[in-house]
Amino acid sequence: MEDLWSIAVVLLQVWFSVMIGFIMIPAMFGLSLGVTSVYIQILVKILEVTVRKLDEKAYLQTQYLFPRPQKKIIVDLHKGEFALSDSFYFYIKGLESIVDDQVTQRFSSEELVSWNLLTRTNHNFHYISLRLTIIWGLGVIIRYCVLFPLRITLAIIGLTWLVIGTTLVGFLPNKRLKNWLSELVHLMCYRICARGLSATIQYHNKENKPQKGGICVANHTSPIDIVILANDGCYAMVGQSHGGLMGVIQRSMVRSCPHVWFERSEMRDRNAVTSRLRAHVAAKTNLPILIFPEGTCINNTSVMMFKKGSFEIGGTIYPVAIKYDPRFGDAFWNSAKYNMVNYLLRMMTSWAIVVNVWYLPPMTRREGEDAAQFANRVKSAIAHQGGLLDMAWDGSLKRAKVKEEFKEQQQKMYSSMVMGKKGRNSQEPHTETTRRQ
Amino acid sequence: MGSTNSTLSKIPNVEELMQETGFTPAHIVRLYDRFEALDKEKTGHLRPQDFGAINRLAMNPIGDRIIGAFFSPGQETVDFHSFVRILAHFRPADKKHPKDPSMPEPVNSRTSKLKFAFQLYDQDKDGKISRAELLQVLRSMLEMQVTEEQLESIADRTIQEADLDKDDAISFEEFRKSLEKVNIDHKMSIRFLR
Repeated sequence: MEDLWSIAVVLLQVWFSVMIGFIMIPAMFGLSLGVTSVYIQILVKILEVTVRKLDEKAYLQTQYLFPRPQKKIIVDLHKGEFALSDSFYFYIKGLESIVDDQVTQRFSSEELVSWNLLTRTNHNFHYISLRLTIIWGLGVIIRYCVLFPLRITLAIIGLTWLVIGTTLVGFLPNKRLKNWLSELVHLMCYRICARGLSATIQYHNKENKPQKGGICVANHTSPIDIVILANDGCYAMVGQSHGGLMGVIQRSMVRSCPHVWFERSEMRDRNAVTSRLRAHVAAKTNLPILIFPEGTCINNTSVMMFKKGSFEIGGTIYPVAIKYDPRFGDAFWNSAKYNMVNYLLRMMTSWAIVVNVWYLPPMTRREGEDAAQFANRVKSAIAHQGGLLDMAWDGSLKRAKVKEEFKEQQQKMYSSMVMGKKGRNSQEPHTETTRRQ
Repeated sequence: MGSTNSTLSKIPNVEELMQETGFTPAHIVRLYDRFEALDKEKTGHLRPQDFGAINRLAMNPIGDRIIGAFFSPGQETVDFHSFVRILAHFRPADKKHPKDPSMPEPVNSRTSKLKFAFQLYDQDKDGKISRAELLQVLRSMLEMQVTEEQLESIADRTIQEADLDKDDAISFEEFRKSLEKVNIDHKMSIRFLR
């Protein structure tokens, strides 16, 4: 009994020294021992070798199963006259959307063509071979028993240090020292957290990094985006003030440097929100605000409509494109399916998180451009850089219903085809459409 | 990892269903996953509201009619088998199989497709598309873009051209005749359901 106890103590000591020596300290100073990159390379090799068999068969299957959007059949419609077969076009479009539809697709995780040994991304694959199952089993053991405890410990240490560190810094009166220290504390903690997720982040175009007094705008895939971006610079966060653990973290963060946390009731009043943000931006010494204009998490294959509110504040916008590599873990947070804790657990038991971050050159609103157009311009730039699809859909469609205007658009389109030509259909030139009773 | 087989075993009478509709196991699984995704409350049935949640469909001028096609008169829910059977109408025709007169008409043949399309117009199921029913469809597709007079003139003209026995309604045979030059298989098929 005593032997077991002493062995356990020794193991624990080894565990902690490994942690502190090899992971935490380099992380705090922004150094990398290169372990993660070696790990990633080994992982890629293993995946290639073992999973190659699946690829061909799986690819053929998925070709038949993924609906490709039919090319516009609208040219088939009788031009200038109604025909009984015109309604077929609408039937087919309707049925296609019943079987699968583009928008809901964006809110579920990207289906991979080849498997990365995580059952959560394995949707339609058959049982292939014993060898593969064994390798998958080994993967499970490694992920849950080795990587997971390591990551949890790191995450806990990181968060605790954040709270303690920022509170301590909050006591300092001196402005410059305080700012410098607070930045240091924030960076260290985010770096530890990033290690806690085995995140490998590649930053491109660092010369375009957001400056003080600016607004940083990025596409949103998961709550981890914050950790990813904050690893390379300090931002002022914007969000709702929560209770519980999140609330503690939020309050302590505010002590060391100004963030913008809103009460739930304030969020409804758009003017209040805009003026607070404007005030923050106006003080040129404040850290750049971090905003996600999509308003919700999208699955990282496309960028949805940017809400124009963030673009009405003024100031310089620094767009950032974030793209996760889906081979190593699915970073998308499907908030309908998983809650936050569940999601974080899944993140910590993935292989790794590999991210590319591109800083884009700053943009400002042009003369004669309104907020919505500016938002679209920024959105296209981000989508283009990150290799994501630029979609006009509103992210809030995840929860809300389509507006009547869209239906009217369809009707308008069809009627211009049928009524467009002054053929046998129009009795007299009509200058205004009279509403039917 | 055997997920196809395990999903198939969850569906009762799946062999019959595949025979009847001509779908492959992979497609049945895909449709089942979609069915489950739409059935948010996991009741095993779909109601009209579940279809209503599909945004693209809500945007479709005749979306309500399409949803209605899934529900038999008087029924308020549709189960997976009915769901699949209705979608089977829109499989592209199997060009390779020769027409065997002794076998029952396959569910995705030209005639079956036309019958289905006819029913979408003929809401009261009396075997004829009346002027009023035609007007209803036209109104959905054109709504506020045209005047009532224009709608009526289109309806009149269409009936005039198709109605051969002059009873001011379009029967199934007249419907079929007026569409004889149209490539129904092309217009009423969803490609990937092959």
